[in-house]
Order: sequence, then structure tokens, then C-alpha cells
Amino acid sequence: MPSLMFDIAHLLAGSMLVLSFLLLYQDRIAAVINVFALQAIALSLSVAWQALVQDAPALFVTSALALIVKGFVVPTALRHIIRRLEIDREIEQIIGSGPTILTGLGLVALSILLMQPVGEVNVYAREDLAFALAVILLGLLMMITRRNAVTQVVGFMSLENGLILAATGAKGMPLVVEVSVAFSILIAFIVFGVFVFRMRERFDTVDVSALDRFRGERTD
Amino acid sequence: MALIADLLLQAVQMMLVVAIAPALLGVTRKIKARLLRRVGPPVLQPYSDLWKLMHKEAVLADNASWVYRVAPYLIFAATWVAAALVPSYATGLLFSWSADLIAIVALLGTARFALALAGMDVGTAFGGIGASREMMIASLAEPAMLLIVFTVALVAGTTQLSAIATLFATGPVGLRVSLGLGLFAFLFVAIAENARIPIDNPATHLELTMVHEAMVLEYSGRHLAMIEAAAALKLVLYFSLIICLFFPPGIAAPGAGLPTYALGISVYLVKLLALAVLLPIGETSVAKMRVFRYPIFLGSAFVAAALAVFLLFVSKGF
Repeated sequence: MPSLMFDIAHLLAGSMLVLSFLLLYQDRIAAVINVFALQAIALSLSVAWQALVQDAPALFVTSALALIVKGFVVPTALRHIIRRLEIDREIEQIIGSGPTILTGLGLVALSILLMQPVGEVNVYAREDLAFALAVILLGLLMMITRRNAVTQVVGFMSLENGLILAATGAKGMPLVVEVSVAFSILIAFIVFGVFVFRMRERFDTVDVSALDRFRGERTD
Repeated sequence: MALIADLLLQAVQMMLVVAIAPALLGVTRKIKARLLRRVGPPVLQPYSDLWKLMHKEAVLADNASWVYRVAPYLIFAATWVAAALVPSYATGLLFSWSADLIAIVALLGTARFALALAGMDVGTAFGGIGASREMMIASLAEPAMLLIVFTVALVAGTTQLSAIATLFATGPVGLRVSLGLGLFAFLFVAIAENARIPIDNPATHLELTMVHEAMVLEYSGRHLAMIEAAAALKLVLYFSLIICLFFPPGIAAPGAGLPTYALGISVYLVKLLALAVLLPIGETSVAKMRVFRYPIFLGSAFVAAALAVFLLFVSKGF
């Protein structure tokens, strides 16, 4: 029954988009990390469903990687970081949550409109690419609107969730690429972690606006 | 003969909603009291309250105009018409052609407008603050409500409630994340519109938090009875909308026999009872919000409804 398959793919990818919005909504770092873990689980379910639909067993490996690394390892590490740094409190946002959400809605509309022409070729691909582009843009938005380095890391990881969603929607992505992308993300995460700790040591804060002085943007 | 039967069925619907409204309110109050480890008033208490208010003298302020006296009846009438149009136990009733979702939103808007006017009529500070808060909530809730209407209309291809209920009860709708988001948004809007916790507390008269109660503070006697009855009817109306839009299975088809209609009524009552139990459970598990948090609460309903519309566009195209 092809329509049910389509509906389930729609449901899973749509729930990733909804979770992206929830990420923008959260005020607390611990809640942000929990939502991020949920999004990773939704991603792994979505990829697993694509593996079933496309009959591509290699995608199951991707799904398992997403579940283990981004669903459990990264959130646990992030929780460890916020416990060590004792920064489990309100997030400072550059702009308020209302304008952020409205911008987010605009970005979703933009990505749907951009992916509209793909629809004539393949409905699955259009859906997947539209959702993936929206998740990527919302991840970028999250990185822009947050000052805290840890939430910026979460925004980056959520952006990467969108990339994986896009990659699995298109047929024929080799497993080697998947694995190398996953590892590069892991490396990036480690670099971020070291960066956050160094920043904390040097400035006593993880607010990235503290770095502005060293770029000559602010003279105070 | 057929016309008389149709009229009769429509009359049953009209009488049913107005007859069970106070009982439903009684059930939510009872459950809430039990959850707070109080005994609570009897389930049928709202009937006695209405009876008592009907027979008490209506005290009017000296400077009250005709608006103040007419408003309670207008509010009750508009709410009753809206509640009587929503298909509850059967689809395809005599007046179901006029049961349009947008028309129902407009009827509720009329009732709200009359209530806000009445709140400001006497010129007390409480009435004014209540009316201003009510309008703020309305300006946030109505866009969300209209987006929910669009979502349902895009899925069903019509805004007519009877047709929507028939389609959702029998037709293949499939697995729709949009309808889930729509339900989520609708629950938020319903909580705000019915003045329930976390937006408003119907059981308090604390001036800092009152919205609905502040507007009706000056009313007494039969006027207050009308307003209380309208509030109870509004709760039934929103429950019926939830049932009709999101859980319609069990609704009787047009032209079915008497047993089917009886079954439809009992299924409807069971669903209402389930919602009346769920509402106080939800209410007791959250805290009342500050007034300045309302935009965030209702904004999330708006975002969910907007996302629901967008997701439909992704899967269907333009």
C-alpha cells in the first residue's frame, strides 16, 4: 500500500521538523538537549523507514549510527558538559522567541516553495528535500539566535540531522560517505567540547559574545 | 412527514446540548475536587445553581444601559445556535448545511464581542480589565483557530462540519501528522477560549488573574444565569468540535433508524464524559500562567496550526 508508506515517511520527517521548532522554543539547556535527543531518534526512525521503502539495507547502518551517536552519546556528553560547567539555567537569546519562531515559519515556507519544482519528478524526494532544507535552515537559525556555545553546538548538530535526512531521501548514497560524515561530526563535536572548556577557563563564561573583543568588533 | 422527523432530530440535538451542559460542568468540577482530595459539590449542582439564579432578583447598576441588559441573552443565543449546529450524534441533520466551521467561529466571536461590551458598559475597573484581557486572548486565539479550520478544510475539501465528520468517520484519511498538530493547536485554543487553567481560573475571584469572571462581576440573577449557562454550553460546543473533527467514529449516518441514533447519542455521551474527565486532570497538572505568558502559550498553538497547513502543502502540492 504505497500511500500508507508515504504517510509514514511524511509523519516521521514532519515530526523532525516539529522537533526543530521545539528546539527553538526551549529556554533551558537541559530541555534543549532532551529535544535534540528526541530529534535524533526521529531521524533514525525516518532513515530506517527509508531503508525499508527503498530496500537499501545500508541505510539501516546509518539509522543505527544516528540512534547511538546522536540519540545517546552526544546528548550524554552534552549533559556531562553542562553539569561540569554548572550552566543549567536560562538561555540568553539575541532576539526574542516570538520573532525567532515567526522567522522559522518563514524559512519553512521558503524551503517548501524552493522544493516545489522537484515534485514533478518524484514526490518522495520533494517531501524529503523540503523537510531536510527546513531542518537545516532552522538549525542555522538556532545557531544565529543563541549566544550560549553549548546551544550553538546543538543547533549545529540539528543542522546535520537535516543533512542526513536529505542524503537518505536521495537514492544511492554510498555507505562510506555516511560513515565519514558521521565521524567528521563526531570530531567536530570533540573540537567543540574542547573549545567550550577552554573558553570557560579563559573567560569564565560560555557566552560567545565574550569573544567579540578579540575580533576588534567591540571596544569596551 | 419526513420534514417533521428531520425537525425532530434537529430539535433533539438542540435540546441535548443545552440539557447536558450543566451536568458536564458538574462532572469536571467533581473530578477536579476529587483530584484535590476534596469531596466537591454534587454533579448536578450546576442545575440547582442555575435554578436559584433564575429566581433571584437581578440587580442593575444605575448607569447600566440596554447593552448591559441585552448582552446575556445575546451571548446565550449565539452560543446555543453554534452548539446546536455542530454535529454531535448524527450527521446530515436538517440545518447541517449551515454548520460551517467559519460560521461557528464567527458566532463565538459575536458572543465574545457582546460579553466584552457588557463588561465595559457599567464602567467599573474590573469590567474594563477583563474585557481588555479577553480581547487580547481573542486576538491571539482566533488566528490559530482559523489556521486549524484551514488545515481541516484542506484535508477534507470542505468547511462544512457534517461533511467533514462523515469523511473522517468513514473515508480513508490515512495517517496525517497535520491533523495531529491541528488537534494539539485546537486543544490550546479550546483551553484559552473556555477560560480554563493555565489561561484563566473559572473558580477564582482573585483580581490579578481574573479574565472571564472580571467581565461578569456586576451581573446577578437571571442575567448571571444566562451567562453561566452560555459558559457551560461553550464547553460542550468545544468538546463537540473536538469529537466531530478528530474522533468522529460512532456518529450516526443520515437516514439511519432509531436504534442507530440512540447508539450515536450514547457514543457521543461517552466521548463527552471522557473529555470531561481528561480536562480537570490536565488542569490540575499545570499551574496558572502569568498574563504576559499568554502570547507564548497561544503562539505555540498558532505555530502548530501553521506547520499543519505547511505540511499539507508539502504532501499535496499547491
